[in-house]
Amino acid sequence: MRVLYADLHIHTCLSPCAEREMAPSRVVREAKERGLDVIAICDHNSAENVVAVRGAAAKVGLAVIGGMEITSREEAHVLGLFPADSGLVAAQNLVYAHLAGENDPDTFGEQLVMDKQDKVIGQNRRLLIGATDLTLEEVVRTIHEFGGIAIASHVDRPSFSVVSQLGFIPQELGLDGVEVSSWNALPLRGEWPVICSSDAHRPAEIGTEYTCFLIEAPTVSEIRMALTQIDGRRILAEG
Amino acid sequence: MKLSEIMQRLQLEVRAGGGSLSHEVNGGYASDLLSDVIANAQEGDLWVTLQTHQNIIAVASMKELAGIVLVNAREPEVDTLEKAKEENVPLLVSPLPAFELIGRLHKLGLSGIRA
Repeated sequence: MRVLYADLHIHTCLSPCAEREMAPSRVVREAKERGLDVIAICDHNSAENVVAVRGAAAKVGLAVIGGMEITSREEAHVLGLFPADSGLVAAQNLVYAHLAGENDPDTFGEQLVMDKQDKVIGQNRRLLIGATDLTLEEVVRTIHEFGGIAIASHVDRPSFSVVSQLGFIPQELGLDGVEVSSWNALPLRGEWPVICSSDAHRPAEIGTEYTCFLIEAPTVSEIRMALTQIDGRRILAEG
Repeated sequence: MKLSEIMQRLQLEVRAGGGSLSHEVNGGYASDLLSDVIANAQEGDLWVTLQTHQNIIAVASMKELAGIVLVNAREPEVDTLEKAKEENVPLLVSPLPAFELIGRLHKLGLSGIRA
């Protein structure tokens, strides 16, 4: 069993609200410099830079988990972390089918798709900053259906969190965990497994918050076991 | 003013909680953030919102609100309808957008401020 440092909520230049500097190789470099072992790429309602970031990380010993930060119709954000890219892509396609609108780069920001050398290979035209018409329950169900784990984003924040939008977390929702944006903010008295991550939108934010896992390998299935404390896997005391 | 009277005058349709329409409405509150409703709505308020998630019923029940009106012809989700029936929380719908409905409620004498 190993102690692994994870920042499981990082945006790239694909998210309109993230800086252009959040390019694949830059994200990887910053993550390594901060001593992270595993990161998850979770752009808004899209996963089109996951492969590039993983490509950029291939030779430096940084594990890259593919994910998305999905916006429900209640405008609550939920992280989906997927063990396989096939599930991630299938989930992304379903999200796309439920996401209306076209991005206006001048208003919301560019949505750059890059290769592993940070070369721009496309722009995503969808309104990624928008909300899907999926209910929170449907978002969680979709993530599970495609093999992922569902974690409510930054539940300690006053906007776009399940708590801000819906007042409290529905017990029957079946979340695998909740994310806080600082270990000091822990508001939940142990009802759900808690992770902490940076929600980085610019390079300097990467790894500023993280979760320390005791697991065998930097994979989604190991993280899932840590969340439920199976076979000795667990989240170590914060920081 | 009783909820039943407001319902008739503004042509609101009942989706659940029809047994509680004799509730007295003391005022109104409008918000789509449930955390805000928990913090700021007052007992006896009629709550105007576009959120259809089942948590609205728990919040209305906890805050002892007079009822909920969904605007813009939004319909409650199935779970929401069931919870409203269980808890006997009046759940009404209106085809009007929120601004218009709230204006009409205000004209009927409902206020968002308590003396």
